[in-house]
Amino acid sequence: MSWILILEQSLNGLQFGLMLFLLAAGLTLVFGIMDMINLAHGSLYMVGAYLMATLTQASGSYWIGLPLAVLATAAVGMLLEVSILRRLYQRDHMTQVLATFALILISNELVRIIWGAQPVMLNTPDALSGPVDLLPGLSYSAYRLLIIGVGLVVAVLLYFLVTRTRTGMLVRAGASNREMATAMGVDIKRLFTLVFGFGAALCAVAGAMLGPILAVQVGMGENILILAFVVIVIGGIGSIRGALVGSMLVGVVDTIGRAFLPHLFREFLPPAMASNLGPAVASILIYVLMAGVLFWKPQGLFPARG
Amino acid sequence: MRKALRPLLHPLLRPVLTATACSLATLATLMATLPAAQAADKIKVGLVTTLSGPAGAPGIDVRDGFNLALRHLNNKLGNLPAEVIIGDDQFNPEAGKQIADRFAKRERVDIMTGIIYSNILLAAAPVAFESKIPFISANAGPSQLAGKGCSPWFVSAAWQNDANHEAAGQHATAKGYKNAYFMAPNYPAGKDAAAGFKRFYKGKIVDEVYVKLGQLDFAAELAQLRAAKPEALYVFFPGGMGINFVKQFVASGLSKDITLLLPGFSADQDTIPAVGDAMLGIFNTSQWSPDMDNAENQRFVPEFVKEFKRQPSIYASQGYDAALHIDNAVKAVKGKIEDRESFMKALKSAKLKSTRGEYRLANNGFPIQNYYLRVIGKNAQGVLTNKSMGTIFTNHGDAYAKECPLK
Repeated sequence: MSWILILEQSLNGLQFGLMLFLLAAGLTLVFGIMDMINLAHGSLYMVGAYLMATLTQASGSYWIGLPLAVLATAAVGMLLEVSILRRLYQRDHMTQVLATFALILISNELVRIIWGAQPVMLNTPDALSGPVDLLPGLSYSAYRLLIIGVGLVVAVLLYFLVTRTRTGMLVRAGASNREMATAMGVDIKRLFTLVFGFGAALCAVAGAMLGPILAVQVGMGENILILAFVVIVIGGIGSIRGALVGSMLVGVVDTIGRAFLPHLFREFLPPAMASNLGPAVASILIYVLMAGVLFWKPQGLFPARG
Repeated sequence: MRKALRPLLHPLLRPVLTATACSLATLATLMATLPAAQAADKIKVGLVTTLSGPAGAPGIDVRDGFNLALRHLNNKLGNLPAEVIIGDDQFNPEAGKQIADRFAKRERVDIMTGIIYSNILLAAAPVAFESKIPFISANAGPSQLAGKGCSPWFVSAAWQNDANHEAAGQHATAKGYKNAYFMAPNYPAGKDAAAGFKRFYKGKIVDEVYVKLGQLDFAAELAQLRAAKPEALYVFFPGGMGINFVKQFVASGLSKDITLLLPGFSADQDTIPAVGDAMLGIFNTSQWSPDMDNAENQRFVPEFVKEFKRQPSIYASQGYDAALHIDNAVKAVKGKIEDRESFMKALKSAKLKSTRGEYRLANNGFPIQNYYLRVIGKNAQGVLTNKSMGTIFTNHGDAYAKECPLK
């Protein structure tokens, strides 16, 4: 096991974590602030990726497609909030789960009707399609470096937005005590629509960034949504800082587990057993992590509510 | 609604209801047996497949291919007017079984087809077997049905699951790759793929890596792969996983040093358009290719494009062939499909001219056919698609047939 490989795997962990963060940030905002379990968050991610694919092909440029797709998805999200989700805030979580699960099924079939059953094309911009040499012997996909960059920028931006702006203050107030915030005259309705639209925009950023390395297909949101939920449960629901730390933990633990556990097992166990056990243990590692965090910190690492 | 139903189920009413239900059932049985006494005037096909959800694309192709063949046969199968009823198994074995049950008992279909996924086939097809209804697979070919557990009511118009992997192993051996690296999801079909590949690959397997089914990011595995430096790489990742992997493999720059081999169903029209030019030049193995030069295929491919505005996939060709296969057998028994035994015999002894050329079936009902090497390139219209590069196996059967007690 060379140092180069360990370095590369750490970079992979960071990258995978930031990838999850793009999705988890929006989810935790909506979940934490609006107290609304939105399973359809993954559907917005899918819609973002499909719009990105279409707009990129129509405009011929990834960089023109990106802002258009983000704006369009935010619009879709706000429309969804105003027309349907708004009616669910007063209901219990079970109703919300059922209703937003129905939304997943509906949006999957709608996407199929509009774009067809087969996955659509969304590729990395030409300039970033190859690897770059970081160190002698270590070349890394340029596009993955972009994901790391965008993830960090979004994290900083969100941090600034939530802690340094007036909107952020209202958002924090809404998250920690909604009744009090309403009593203080905050227009919760408008705030919620805005937050939801912002969450949808983050979904589109995630969809647009991940689309070129993942399949843009019907149902792409459900796969990654589970991981995003693990992240926000570990980080503490409603906390952006928690989402960042949680996604880094999940990314690194998952990558390290996949990369090194099977080899470690081979040192100690007979080969047949090791080859069965290695992948199995590696794939449940993040759930073990989640169980551990919940055991010692039932509210997650950075609970947003007091 | 619950309240309205309650008086209906009053204990006093229950025997009456049961009696009515019984006589209705008898009547239904009587009515259903009546037409069987006469010569068959139509053939009813039950098509169970996955049409909705993320896993729906191959099922839709099978359905469209089957329907296109029917149109080419003037909506007749062997001179009998055909009625096709379609059920969506929703990628759920339980739902698939229920539909097969409905097709067998209530709809009383003459033959069933369509299922894409092995786990659904293993749940649903036994329903047909028990009712002595022939089942012709348009895709899935699990080893459980090929060896000791083979059924006299099963035939396949596709392949046994191992076959494409075996062809890839054979190709890697023929190319003289000294070592190869294998990757698949950690589930039964992944292990089968490894078994199939290794059965015919004579070089050294550097490593076998199994990942979680549905894994999104392959960066960690690609880093291991880079460190292992194999000559060839064979991966089996179904559906979206395959798209994810190929995109990331090409972006990592590893494609320059390592030759990637894929089974045909990971490099077909459900994957190629989604990955785009990055798939140019990738080799894969299959029993069919869109450029095959036979009359059936020359009609199938352009008509499919015209009708559905997309390129046909391997699944569409299999759906089309399943219909041709049924047509052939109904003709052989001169429309007397109510004699199920001889109809089944005709299905099994078919020597079929299909979109992939001629094939016949082994004792276990699985095809004995050629497997080809394909490479992804641009066709005359500039569309990314497969081109055949030569034959890997001629008249290749499966490894399980000898364990099957059927003759």
